[in-house]
Amino acid sequence: MDLMKEVEKEFGTDHQMPRFRAGDTITVHYKIKEGNKERIQNFQGVVIQRKGEGLSETFTVRKMSGSVGVERIFPVHSPNIAGVDVNKRGKVRKSKIFYLRGLTGKKAKAKIKERRV
Amino acid sequence: MAGIIGKKIGMTSVFGADGKNIPCTVIEAGPCVVTQVKTEEKDGYSALQLAFDDRQEKRTPKPLLGHFKKAKTAPKVQMVEFSGYDQEYQLGDTITVELFNDDTWVDVAGITKGKGFQGVVKRHGFGGVGGQTHGQADQERAPGSVGGSSDPSRVFKGMRMAGRAGGNRVKVINLQIIKIMPDKNLLLLKGSVPGHKGSYLTIEK
Repeated sequence: MDLMKEVEKEFGTDHQMPRFRAGDTITVHYKIKEGNKERIQNFQGVVIQRKGEGLSETFTVRKMSGSVGVERIFPVHSPNIAGVDVNKRGKVRKSKIFYLRGLTGKKAKAKIKERRV
Repeated sequence: MAGIIGKKIGMTSVFGADGKNIPCTVIEAGPCVVTQVKTEEKDGYSALQLAFDDRQEKRTPKPLLGHFKKAKTAPKVQMVEFSGYDQEYQLGDTITVELFNDDTWVDVAGITKGKGFQGVVKRHGFGGVGGQTHGQADQERAPGSVGGSSDPSRVFKGMRMAGRAGGNRVKVINLQIIKIMPDKNLLLLKGSVPGHKGSYLTIEK
Protein backbone atom coordinates (compact mmCIF):
# COMPACT_ATOMS: atom_id res chain seq x y z
CA MET A 1 0.00 0.00 0.00
CA ASP A 2 2.99 2.28 0.29
CA LEU A 3 3.09 2.89 -3.43
CA MET A 4 -0.62 3.75 -3.35
CA LYS A 5 0.22 6.48 -0.84
CA GLU A 6 2.68 7.98 -3.32
CA VAL A 7 -0.11 8.32 -5.84
CA GLU A 8 -2.34 9.91 -3.23
CA LYS A 9 0.39 12.41 -2.39
CA GLU A 10 0.68 13.30 -6.06
CA PHE A 11 -3.02 13.75 -6.73
CA GLY A 12 -4.54 14.69 -3.37
CA THR A 13 -6.18 18.09 -3.30
CA ASP A 14 -4.59 20.75 -1.19
CA HIS A 15 -7.80 22.42 0.00
CA GLN A 16 -8.06 22.35 3.75
CA MET A 17 -11.25 20.65 4.81
CA PRO A 18 -12.33 20.81 8.46
CA ARG A 19 -12.80 17.54 10.30
CA PHE A 20 -16.36 16.33 10.29
CA ARG A 21 -18.18 13.04 10.64
CA ALA A 22 -21.63 11.53 10.52
CA GLY A 23 -24.15 13.59 12.44
CA ASP A 24 -22.51 16.95 11.78
CA THR A 25 -24.40 19.64 9.92
CA ILE A 26 -22.23 21.16 7.21
CA THR A 27 -22.42 23.52 4.27
CA VAL A 28 -20.64 22.45 1.11
CA HIS A 29 -19.66 25.20 -1.32
CA TYR A 30 -19.72 23.52 -4.69
CA LYS A 31 -18.44 25.05 -7.93
CA ILE A 32 -20.87 24.78 -10.82
CA LYS A 33 -20.00 25.59 -14.42
CA GLU A 34 -22.68 27.14 -16.61
CA GLY A 35 -21.25 27.68 -20.05
CA ASN A 36 -18.17 29.73 -19.41
CA LYS A 37 -19.31 31.13 -16.10
CA GLU A 38 -18.54 29.54 -12.81
CA ARG A 39 -20.61 30.05 -9.71
CA ILE A 40 -20.74 28.55 -6.26
CA GLN A 41 -23.73 26.66 -4.96
CA ASN A 42 -24.24 25.91 -1.29
CA PHE A 43 -25.62 22.62 -0.04
CA GLN A 44 -26.44 22.47 3.64
CA GLY A 45 -27.43 19.31 5.45
CA VAL A 46 -26.50 16.51 7.80
CA VAL A 47 -23.60 14.21 6.98
CA ILE A 48 -25.01 10.69 7.05
CA GLN A 49 -21.90 8.77 6.06
CA ARG A 50 -18.26 8.90 5.05
CA LYS A 51 -17.25 6.12 2.72
CA GLY A 52 -14.10 4.81 1.08
CA GLU A 53 -10.50 5.72 1.65
CA GLY A 54 -7.69 7.57 0.00
CA LEU A 55 -8.45 9.47 -3.18
CA SER A 56 -11.84 7.88 -3.69
CA GLU A 57 -13.28 8.82 -0.29
CA THR A 58 -16.76 10.36 -0.39
CA PHE A 59 -19.29 11.77 2.04
CA THR A 60 -23.06 11.94 1.79
CA VAL A 61 -25.05 14.99 2.86
CA ARG A 62 -28.81 14.81 3.44
CA LYS A 63 -31.16 17.75 3.62
CA MET A 64 -34.90 18.24 3.60
CA SER A 65 -36.03 20.26 0.64
CA GLY A 66 -39.56 21.10 1.65
CA SER A 67 -40.95 17.71 2.54
CA VAL A 68 -38.67 15.78 0.20
CA GLY A 69 -35.36 14.40 1.40
CA VAL A 70 -32.40 15.15 -0.89
CA GLU A 71 -29.08 13.34 -0.60
CA ARG A 72 -25.94 14.32 -2.38
CA ILE A 73 -22.62 12.47 -2.53
CA PHE A 74 -19.42 14.52 -2.71
CA PRO A 75 -15.92 13.13 -3.34
CA VAL A 76 -13.61 14.46 -0.63
CA HIS A 77 -10.84 15.25 -3.11
CA SER A 78 -13.05 16.82 -5.77
CA PRO A 79 -11.51 19.99 -7.21
CA ASN A 80 -15.07 21.35 -7.51
CA ILE A 81 -15.46 21.73 -3.77
CA ALA A 82 -14.61 25.32 -2.93
CA GLY A 83 -14.92 24.80 0.80
CA VAL A 84 -16.80 23.17 3.66
CA ASP A 85 -18.19 24.87 6.77
CA VAL A 86 -19.17 22.91 9.82
CA ASN A 87 -22.32 24.47 11.26
CA LYS A 88 -23.13 22.04 14.07
CA ARG A 89 -21.42 19.11 15.68
CA GLY A 90 -23.84 16.24 16.05
CA LYS A 91 -23.76 13.53 18.66
CA VAL A 92 -24.57 10.17 17.12
CA ARG A 93 -23.65 6.64 18.09
CA LYS A 94 -23.16 5.20 14.62
CA SER A 95 -20.85 6.12 11.75
CA LYS A 96 -23.60 5.59 9.16
CA ILE A 97 -26.84 7.18 10.27
CA PHE A 98 -29.22 5.90 7.62
CA TYR A 99 -31.98 5.66 10.23
CA LEU A 100 -32.37 9.40 9.69
CA ARG A 101 -34.13 8.64 6.43
CA GLY A 102 -37.10 7.14 8.22
CA LEU A 103 -37.47 10.01 10.65
CA THR A 104 -39.20 13.34 10.19
CA GLY A 105 -39.48 16.58 12.09
CA LYS A 106 -37.76 16.97 15.40
CA LYS A 107 -36.70 13.37 15.56
CA ALA A 108 -34.63 13.78 12.41
CA LYS A 109 -32.22 16.08 14.17
CA ALA A 110 -28.97 14.77 15.51
CA LYS A 111 -28.27 15.93 19.03
CA ILE A 112 -25.70 18.65 19.35
CA LYS A 113 -22.57 17.62 21.07
CA GLU A 114 -21.08 20.03 23.55
CA ARG A 115 -17.41 19.68 22.88
CA ARG A 116 -15.30 17.61 20.59
CA VAL A 117 -11.80 18.20 19.32
CA MET B 1 6.25 -4.66 -29.36
CA ALA B 2 8.59 -2.79 -27.06
CA GLY B 3 7.53 -2.96 -23.45
CA ILE B 4 8.40 -3.69 -19.84
CA ILE B 5 7.22 -5.91 -17.00
CA GLY B 6 5.10 -4.50 -14.18
CA LYS B 7 3.17 -5.40 -11.09
CA LYS B 8 -0.42 -4.44 -10.34
CA ILE B 9 -0.60 -2.34 -7.17
CA GLY B 10 -4.32 -1.56 -7.08
CA MET B 11 -7.01 0.79 -8.27
CA THR B 12 -7.98 4.29 -7.26
CA SER B 13 -9.55 7.33 -8.86
CA VAL B 14 -8.06 10.71 -9.63
CA PHE B 15 -9.51 13.98 -10.85
CA GLY B 16 -8.53 15.18 -14.31
CA ALA B 17 -7.89 18.75 -15.39
CA ASP B 18 -11.56 19.21 -16.32
CA GLY B 19 -12.67 18.10 -12.86
CA LYS B 20 -13.86 14.69 -14.01
CA ASN B 21 -13.25 11.61 -11.90
CA ILE B 22 -11.05 9.08 -13.72
CA PRO B 23 -10.87 5.45 -12.56
CA CYS B 24 -7.21 4.43 -12.53
CA THR B 25 -5.01 1.39 -12.11
CA VAL B 26 -1.65 1.90 -10.39
CA ILE B 27 1.15 -0.26 -11.79
CA GLU B 28 4.69 -0.57 -10.51
CA ALA B 29 6.42 -0.71 -13.90
CA GLY B 30 10.06 -1.70 -13.91
CA PRO B 31 12.93 -1.08 -13.61
CA CYS B 32 13.69 -4.10 -15.79
CA VAL B 33 17.16 -5.49 -16.46
CA VAL B 34 18.21 -6.87 -19.84
CA THR B 35 19.23 -10.46 -19.06
CA GLN B 36 19.69 -11.71 -22.61
CA VAL B 37 20.05 -10.12 -26.03
CA LYS B 38 18.76 -12.43 -28.77
CA THR B 39 20.13 -11.77 -32.23
CA GLU B 40 19.26 -12.80 -35.77
CA GLU B 41 22.59 -14.62 -36.26
CA LYS B 42 22.56 -16.55 -33.03
CA ASP B 43 18.90 -17.21 -32.23
CA GLY B 44 17.15 -16.69 -35.57
CA TYR B 45 15.22 -13.66 -34.33
CA SER B 46 16.02 -10.51 -32.43
CA ALA B 47 14.53 -9.80 -29.02
CA LEU B 48 15.39 -8.65 -25.52
CA GLN B 49 14.82 -10.76 -22.45
CA LEU B 50 13.88 -8.53 -19.53
CA ALA B 51 13.76 -9.47 -15.85
CA PHE B 52 11.83 -7.76 -13.07
CA ASP B 53 11.40 -7.91 -9.27
CA ASP B 54 14.21 -9.12 -6.98
CA ARG B 55 14.15 -12.47 -5.25
CA GLN B 56 16.43 -14.10 -2.70
CA GLU B 57 19.50 -15.91 -3.94
CA LYS B 58 18.66 -19.03 -1.93
CA ARG B 59 15.21 -19.16 -3.52
CA THR B 60 16.66 -19.12 -7.04
CA PRO B 61 17.59 -22.31 -8.93
CA LYS B 62 21.35 -22.60 -9.55
CA PRO B 63 21.14 -22.56 -13.36
CA LEU B 64 19.16 -19.31 -13.22
CA LEU B 65 21.72 -17.81 -10.82
CA GLY B 66 24.35 -18.26 -13.52
CA HIS B 67 22.05 -16.65 -16.05
CA PHE B 68 21.60 -13.57 -13.87
CA LYS B 69 25.32 -13.48 -13.08
CA LYS B 70 26.06 -13.02 -16.78
CA ALA B 71 23.97 -9.87 -16.78
CA LYS B 72 25.63 -8.80 -13.49
CA THR B 73 22.29 -8.36 -11.72
CA ALA B 74 20.49 -9.67 -8.64
CA PRO B 75 18.21 -12.69 -9.18
CA LYS B 76 14.75 -11.76 -10.45
CA VAL B 77 11.29 -13.34 -10.41
CA GLN B 78 9.83 -12.60 -13.82
CA MET B 79 11.47 -12.89 -17.22
CA VAL B 80 9.71 -11.90 -20.45
CA GLU B 81 10.89 -11.36 -24.02
CA PHE B 82 10.14 -8.17 -25.89
CA SER B 83 11.23 -6.84 -29.27
CA GLY B 84 10.95 -3.76 -31.42
CA TYR B 85 12.78 -1.20 -29.28
CA ASP B 86 13.84 2.07 -30.85
CA GLN B 87 17.31 2.05 -29.36
CA GLU B 88 19.91 -0.66 -28.83
CA TYR B 89 20.33 -2.21 -25.41
CA GLN B 90 23.28 -4.18 -24.03
CA LEU B 91 23.30 -7.06 -21.56
CA GLY B 92 22.75 -5.68 -18.05
CA ASP B 93 21.11 -2.42 -19.16
CA THR B 94 18.11 -1.12 -17.23
CA ILE B 95 14.83 -0.12 -18.86
CA THR B 96 12.52 2.07 -16.80
CA VAL B 97 8.97 3.32 -17.14
CA GLU B 98 10.35 6.36 -18.97
CA LEU B 99 10.17 4.16 -22.06
CA PHE B 100 6.54 5.33 -22.40
CA ASN B 101 7.30 9.04 -22.08
CA ASP B 102 6.12 9.82 -25.62
CA ASP B 103 3.11 7.52 -25.61
CA THR B 104 -0.53 8.07 -24.72
CA TRP B 105 -1.81 4.52 -25.18
CA VAL B 106 -0.43 1.17 -24.04
CA ASP B 107 -1.54 -2.48 -24.11
CA VAL B 108 -1.46 -4.51 -20.91
CA ALA B 109 -1.53 -8.30 -20.63
CA GLY B 110 -1.89 -10.39 -17.49
CA ILE B 111 -3.47 -13.47 -15.97
CA THR B 112 -7.10 -12.91 -14.95
CA LYS B 113 -8.38 -13.79 -11.50
CA GLY B 114 -9.29 -17.47 -11.16
CA LYS B 115 -13.03 -17.96 -10.67
CA GLY B 116 -13.08 -21.72 -9.97
CA PHE B 117 -15.72 -24.07 -11.41
CA GLN B 118 -18.45 -21.90 -12.90
CA GLY B 119 -21.65 -22.50 -14.82
CA VAL B 120 -22.27 -21.43 -18.40
CA VAL B 121 -23.98 -18.17 -17.46
CA LYS B 122 -20.87 -16.74 -15.78
CA ARG B 123 -18.29 -18.60 -17.86
CA HIS B 124 -19.66 -18.05 -21.36
CA GLY B 125 -22.30 -15.39 -20.89
CA PHE B 126 -25.28 -17.63 -21.66
CA GLY B 127 -28.70 -16.22 -20.84
CA GLY B 128 -30.03 -19.34 -19.13
CA VAL B 129 -33.05 -21.19 -20.45
CA GLY B 130 -36.00 -19.29 -19.19
CA GLY B 131 -38.10 -17.79 -16.46
CA GLN B 132 -39.26 -18.96 -13.10
CA THR B 133 -42.71 -20.22 -14.08
CA HIS B 134 -44.35 -22.53 -16.65
CA GLY B 135 -42.52 -25.55 -15.28
CA GLN B 136 -38.99 -24.30 -15.94
CA ALA B 137 -38.10 -22.92 -12.55
CA ASP B 138 -35.13 -25.31 -12.31
CA GLN B 139 -33.76 -24.17 -15.69
CA GLU B 140 -32.92 -20.56 -14.92
CA ARG B 141 -29.13 -20.86 -15.32
CA ALA B 142 -29.11 -24.08 -17.34
CA PRO B 143 -27.18 -24.41 -20.64
CA GLY B 144 -30.16 -25.72 -22.64
CA SER B 145 -29.71 -28.20 -25.47
CA VAL B 146 -26.16 -29.29 -26.28
CA GLY B 147 -26.89 -30.87 -29.65
CA GLY B 148 -29.09 -32.88 -31.99
CA SER B 149 -30.68 -36.32 -31.73
CA SER B 150 -29.75 -39.58 -33.52
CA ASP B 151 -27.96 -37.43 -36.04
CA PRO B 152 -25.15 -36.72 -35.07
CA SER B 153 -25.64 -38.89 -31.97
CA ARG B 154 -22.88 -37.11 -30.16
CA VAL B 155 -22.00 -33.73 -28.70
CA PHE B 156 -19.69 -31.68 -30.88
CA LYS B 157 -16.19 -30.96 -29.64
CA GLY B 158 -15.71 -27.52 -28.20
CA MET B 159 -19.33 -27.23 -27.00
CA ARG B 160 -19.31 -24.53 -24.35
CA MET B 161 -20.11 -26.03 -20.96
CA ALA B 162 -19.51 -25.43 -17.26
CA GLY B 163 -15.94 -25.67 -15.95
CA ARG B 164 -12.95 -23.77 -14.69
CA ALA B 165 -13.28 -20.07 -15.43
CA GLY B 166 -10.72 -17.28 -15.19
CA GLY B 167 -6.97 -17.69 -14.93
CA ASN B 168 -6.45 -16.99 -18.64
CA ARG B 169 -3.91 -14.64 -20.14
CA VAL B 170 -5.82 -11.63 -21.39
CA LYS B 171 -4.55 -8.54 -23.15
CA VAL B 172 -6.36 -5.22 -22.80
CA ILE B 173 -5.47 -2.86 -25.61
CA ASN B 174 -5.38 0.93 -25.77
CA LEU B 175 -5.34 1.96 -22.15
CA GLN B 176 -4.75 5.65 -21.71
CA ILE B 177 -1.70 6.77 -19.73
CA ILE B 178 -2.82 9.21 -17.05
CA LYS B 179 0.57 9.78 -15.44
CA ILE B 180 4.10 8.46 -15.36
CA MET B 181 6.03 8.82 -12.10
CA PRO B 182 9.61 7.84 -13.00
CA ASP B 183 11.11 8.48 -9.55
CA LYS B 184 8.75 5.90 -8.00
CA ASN B 185 8.56 3.67 -11.11
CA LEU B 186 4.79 4.10 -11.16
CA LEU B 187 2.41 4.13 -14.09
CA LEU B 188 -1.20 5.27 -13.87
CA LEU B 189 -3.55 3.90 -16.51
CA LYS B 190 -7.19 4.72 -17.11
CA GLY B 191 -9.45 1.74 -16.50
CA SER B 192 -8.79 -1.76 -15.23
CA VAL B 193 -6.21 -4.43 -16.05
CA PRO B 194 -6.43 -8.23 -15.67
CA GLY B 195 -5.36 -10.01 -12.49
CA HIS B 196 -5.26 -9.55 -8.76
CA LYS B 197 -3.16 -7.08 -6.80
CA GLY B 198 0.49 -8.07 -6.94
CA SER B 199 0.14 -10.03 -10.17
CA TYR B 200 2.67 -9.53 -12.94
CA LEU B 201 1.76 -7.71 -16.13
CA THR B 202 3.44 -6.97 -19.42
CA ILE B 203 3.00 -3.42 -20.64
CA GLU B 204 3.60 -2.78 -24.34
CA LYS B 205 3.58 0.26 -26.56
